[in-house]
Amino acid sequence: MFTAFLIKYAEIGVKGKNRYLFEDALVQQIKYALKRCEGEFKIRKAQGRIYVDAVGEFDFEETVENLQTVFGISGICPVVYVEDEGFEQLSKTIVDYMDRVYPDKNKTFKVVARRARKNYPLDTMELNREIGGVLLDAFPQLSVDVHEPDINLYVEIREKIYIYSRIIPGPCGMPVGTNGKAMLLLSGGIDSPVAGYMISKRGVKIDAVYFHAPPYTSERAKQKVVDLARQVSRYSGPIYLHVVNFTDIQLAIYEKCPHEELTIIMRRYMMKIAEKIARDTECLGLITGESIGQVASQTMHSLYATNEVCTLPVYRPCIGLDKQEIVEISEKIGTYETSIQPYEDCCTIFVAKHPVTKPNLEYIKRHEENLTGVIEGLLETALSTKELLIVRPED
Amino acid sequence: MEVYLDNSATTACFPAVAELMVKLMCEDYGNPSSMHIKGMQAEQYLRYARNVIAKNLKVNEKEIFFTSGGTESDNLAIIGAAMAGRRAGSHLITTSVEHPAVLQPMKFLESQGFQVTYLPVDKQGKVILEELASALRLDTILVSMMHTNNEMGALQPIEEAAAIVKNYNPAIIFHVDGVQGYGKYRILPRKTGIDMLSVSGHKIHGPKGVGFLYIHEKVKIGPIIFGGGQQKGLRSGTENVPAIAGMARAVEESYASLEEDVERMRSLKNQLIWGLGQLEGVQINGSTGEDSAPHIVSASISGIRSEVLLHALEDRGIYVSAGSACASNKPAYSATLKAMGIEKALLDSTLRFSLSLFTTK
Repeated sequence: MFTAFLIKYAEIGVKGKNRYLFEDALVQQIKYALKRCEGEFKIRKAQGRIYVDAVGEFDFEETVENLQTVFGISGICPVVYVEDEGFEQLSKTIVDYMDRVYPDKNKTFKVVARRARKNYPLDTMELNREIGGVLLDAFPQLSVDVHEPDINLYVEIREKIYIYSRIIPGPCGMPVGTNGKAMLLLSGGIDSPVAGYMISKRGVKIDAVYFHAPPYTSERAKQKVVDLARQVSRYSGPIYLHVVNFTDIQLAIYEKCPHEELTIIMRRYMMKIAEKIARDTECLGLITGESIGQVASQTMHSLYATNEVCTLPVYRPCIGLDKQEIVEISEKIGTYETSIQPYEDCCTIFVAKHPVTKPNLEYIKRHEENLTGVIEGLLETALSTKELLIVRPED
Repeated sequence: MEVYLDNSATTACFPAVAELMVKLMCEDYGNPSSMHIKGMQAEQYLRYARNVIAKNLKVNEKEIFFTSGGTESDNLAIIGAAMAGRRAGSHLITTSVEHPAVLQPMKFLESQGFQVTYLPVDKQGKVILEELASALRLDTILVSMMHTNNEMGALQPIEEAAAIVKNYNPAIIFHVDGVQGYGKYRILPRKTGIDMLSVSGHKIHGPKGVGFLYIHEKVKIGPIIFGGGQQKGLRSGTENVPAIAGMARAVEESYASLEEDVERMRSLKNQLIWGLGQLEGVQINGSTGEDSAPHIVSASISGIRSEVLLHALEDRGIYVSAGSACASNKPAYSATLKAMGIEKALLDSTLRFSLSLFTTK
């Protein structure tokens, strides 16, 4: 019965003079998400609201599911709207609405009328009372509860009259594209896709870099990362995925540096490379999935040591989350099952038995000097041979 | 000239399907479980196939399992779910007009202590929904019903049946044999309330020896084939990659212009029915309207044994089948036509004409 949705948005509502920028971005993102759905849609902005109208056949569930990937949406309300043809006609429409949407009438309700068009003959209080009365007459099993009703029936008098009662939660956040771009260090694990999702939720566009180490890591490990990027891109929009061949750098570190410091030194070079690509692609920050104390390379000391090579801000949205909390988000966004596929990534292969948990930056720097003369060329080659994949949600 | 009107038995492959399969047999022949790139290439074809089918059904990729065909899909769905659900109950429901691929597993399960109710059908071959409602029991664990009947094309009221079943007890698994309906209709399991859907490759212009089973992620089901643990352990055995990819290509081609193709088939079917109606002693079985499949016509010709007529038509290059191909190599009368209440004298005089998108005037 529904052919339209009213889109409620969260924080955009409180923006000032640049509010239209946020609204326009949201409309763009909604359009993009609905391209994946069967049917044709018209999206319009009116009086601080966004409406999605289905033109012809469409799939209700699929449409809602895709709208739920658009950051900035706090609620999706399936809505019925009619022309104003007098109160009697409106009463009929509302009775019909309740009858169809709630087959079981054993419920409590409350009418929430809003009158944006002030010349309507009834005022808000009168509307609440009159519509409530009509419904109680039509369905004696219904009862009114103004405090905690089962159904909040919204009736809004605007240029047309809008009726809705269900609010399906959206992902909240801000529309992607309203807040710059950042580079995500994407591994095949559980945390980094979640980190990308969380930063993207704040309106940030994301690109990603993956460090590939053939033959130590397989093509399947790379495919897994592409799959993860695709799942994140359902929310963030297309992701430019830079695949960097890290094998030679890793081997050089393995050969010339103490093995307990391998992971830290390796991560420092990954950050350096990521930052270089980020700067070349107008990214304003890096994103990692690090969480304090999760593994040896994520202790406060280790983070201090890896962070030291960057000047761009490094965003770590998982930093205060427990593993279980991260897992819950990954399940929600659909990356968990892909993340737990058992392919080696380059962090798990060259691991020392007892890596340092409190690296000393001075020692690290001194040991890195062993690489002087070799590493510069290797970094250059890694950058010049990187592969760029554009990952889109619909592929 | 050859006029092939036995498309419910099997169909001609799309050329694009055959082409893809040759490539997969001669070039990209890897085992998808191999670690190396050759294996990964093969795996990519499985991913492609899963993606195409999942999109077509609007379900999740991980809910698609490849089998050796419609028969295995039905066996896996019915035996696999019955065995896994044994603790919850031992009552199963199906209809009296199912394909043997459903009826025989049911018979097997009866021998293993399960109880099976076979629902009757009306003269049009449709399940009587009231009978379904009254057959449901507290210990019912599975209901299996075909989408489209293979012998006379009756469409079953799947959506209504699903609603009745789920309303009674949402835990009951609703399985649909979609072998004849898939490729002619858009079937959306989630919307319709179908928990498992069996499909065969060679009825939709794909290769023989391949099919798939859609299994809703919440359905508990165990394997009936044991081995190397492929497909999450539910269907061991190296995947038949060429056939699976071929089937996926056939899905793409079958649905590319479905509405047009179906409309054309239906108009050809109506012409055929009209033509047959001009002949003396011909009776068309079952419904012929929009509630019947666009590609199947069942006709009884009084006084002539179907086998004789079949061979007479064959001499003129027209290929049809007597009853259904799967039932016709046995001398027994068609259980479906009997269940529909067709006169005994006509049972042995029934031909099935089945069209496809390749059928022309």
